[in-house]
Amino acid sequence: MSSIIFRTSAHIVTVLMLVFSVYLLLRGHNNPGGGFIGGLIVVIAFALLMLAESPDYVRERLVYSPLAFAGFGVVLALLAGVLPLFFGQPFLTGLWLGKIGSPLLFDVGVYFAVLGSVLTILLNVEEELS
Amino acid sequence: MTQWPLVLPVFIPLLTATACAFSFRSHKLSSVISWAGALANLCVALLLIQRVISQGLLVTAFGDWQAPFGIVFVADLLSASMVLITAIIGVAIVLYSTTDLRSKPFYAIYHSFIHVLLAGVMGSFLTGDIFNLYVFFEVMLITSFGLMVINANRQQVDGAVKYVVLNLISTMVFLLAIGLLYGATGTLNMADLNAKVALLPETTMMLIAGLFLFGFAIKASAFPVFSWLPASYHHLPSAIVALYAALLTKVGVYALIRVFTVVFDLVDSGYQPLLIIIAGLTMLTGVLGAASQFNIKRILSFHIISQIGYMLMGLAIYTPLAITGAIFYIIHHIIVKANLFLIGGFLQRRQGSDNLRELGGAYQSMPWLALLFLIPAFSLAGFPPLSGFWGKFLVIKASLQTDAYLLAATALFVSLMTIYSMTKIWAEAFWKPLPDNAAAPIALTRLENCLYIVPIVALAVITILIGLLAEPVYQLAETSAINLLNPERYINAVLGNMPEPGQISVLAAGESQP
Repeated sequence: MSSIIFRTSAHIVTVLMLVFSVYLLLRGHNNPGGGFIGGLIVVIAFALLMLAESPDYVRERLVYSPLAFAGFGVVLALLAGVLPLFFGQPFLTGLWLGKIGSPLLFDVGVYFAVLGSVLTILLNVEEELS
Repeated sequence: MTQWPLVLPVFIPLLTATACAFSFRSHKLSSVISWAGALANLCVALLLIQRVISQGLLVTAFGDWQAPFGIVFVADLLSASMVLITAIIGVAIVLYSTTDLRSKPFYAIYHSFIHVLLAGVMGSFLTGDIFNLYVFFEVMLITSFGLMVINANRQQVDGAVKYVVLNLISTMVFLLAIGLLYGATGTLNMADLNAKVALLPETTMMLIAGLFLFGFAIKASAFPVFSWLPASYHHLPSAIVALYAALLTKVGVYALIRVFTVVFDLVDSGYQPLLIIIAGLTMLTGVLGAASQFNIKRILSFHIISQIGYMLMGLAIYTPLAITGAIFYIIHHIIVKANLFLIGGFLQRRQGSDNLRELGGAYQSMPWLALLFLIPAFSLAGFPPLSGFWGKFLVIKASLQTDAYLLAATALFVSLMTIYSMTKIWAEAFWKPLPDNAAAPIALTRLENCLYIVPIVALAVITILIGLLAEPVYQLAETSAINLLNPERYINAVLGNMPEPGQISVLAAGESQP
């Protein structure tokens, strides 16, 4: 993977994919998309970067451990579930402030949980193999 | 505010699990978080059972999508008592693993996984939707596999692969059955299914019920499909194996009981004679397997299988008394089995081995531990007045009432063989002098000893309490059994046909004496 074309373009494509993943995440509210797909797109973006550079490079760019992302996501999703209970409504009921509501919070949680857990697996496997 | 106690038993463990994972840098911090989570869960479980006893069934529909369309969590007496027992085991295991797993790398991740596993078990007990049950089964399967392979050596991975392959077959068959059931009836809500399954053609119903029976039988490690259990359990760390032994197979039995009372009627489904045979053979093979082993964990693993037979026997006889016995037996067994594994683990930690040939002299060095061992061991074998006696008494009495004499005789014979195995552990590990070639016992610090002994003592006390105060537990089990066999109240509460399920004291239905 030492081709200079690949290495240069990987950085650009990664950024584009990260933007696209956020688009998919927000689009998922009414159209195909959502947190799960968005999270997977992030993973593909970082996988590309990982192939172009190295797993350590990706870990450095992530700043926090991928597992921390996953944990953060789970907490967000749980929070979205519990929030309605404080208003006397059943678990996971949508709360709305105009068009933005707790389902979005849940989706963002899924986004982080998926990207964190899949990246953990991917980086570990790559490091084990090389 | 009825939703809180229904949601929290799943929510708290998940939150605790994430908090533990975040605190991986400090052993102390993750232990404290783990303890706090387990204790909070115990409080919620107590609150839940108190609510259920005083107000009757509790139901909550997630996202306010009412049944049969949305997913519901239902706590009837059976679910609530199972949740309580799970929470008790959770506290005991978390305390015990604080010292038992201390030296392992990924200490915080162990605690994290333990809590996710507890969430899966709690969710399986509380859910009223059969697909949701599948999801919680998967949560349990994935986390239990994770616990098996963290920091595993070759043997552990070998056992874990057997475990996961056979359990995947189980969940696949379960999923297949769910798909067929949904295709045939158009609903997956257990309460809604009750009426719709009765309208199915008999062959369709038998096929689907058979698939459910097969899937759950693997989970419960019933007769021909139990081989994953002895293959994988004995290599695990003691705290983990105690957790598995207490909960995993019992969730399978719970699912069998729930599905074959509320959804299918066992007698109508035509599987009753088969289940009676399975129950008898499960008891027998388990106890015979145990007799040939010479390793504490292996003996106890095989005993799980034989005890599962008693629970299946209660379900198979299918009278109110028999199901009461089965539920009583599950409650008793979860506590006792966990305790035996905890004691075995303590011996192993001190002596560095769980092979009976290398153990000995424990009675001389720790007479109090010998006493603590006798309580669950005699309870498992069914000595009065300990808890196991009542469980066995109820199922055997039920089998005699229905003229299933061969089954009753098998059950009694298996009890006798259980005493043999327990005596073997007693004689080898406690009574005989320490063999000359054995290593000197490891001295543990006061705190370590405390953390090992407190859960063991607590579970032993609960065993004695269940035995001496059998009456309230019996009433609880009897009311659960009656409600299972006449599920109208459950169905009405879930589907919302009844004005108000509250105000009726649940225990009022179970006044009769044993």
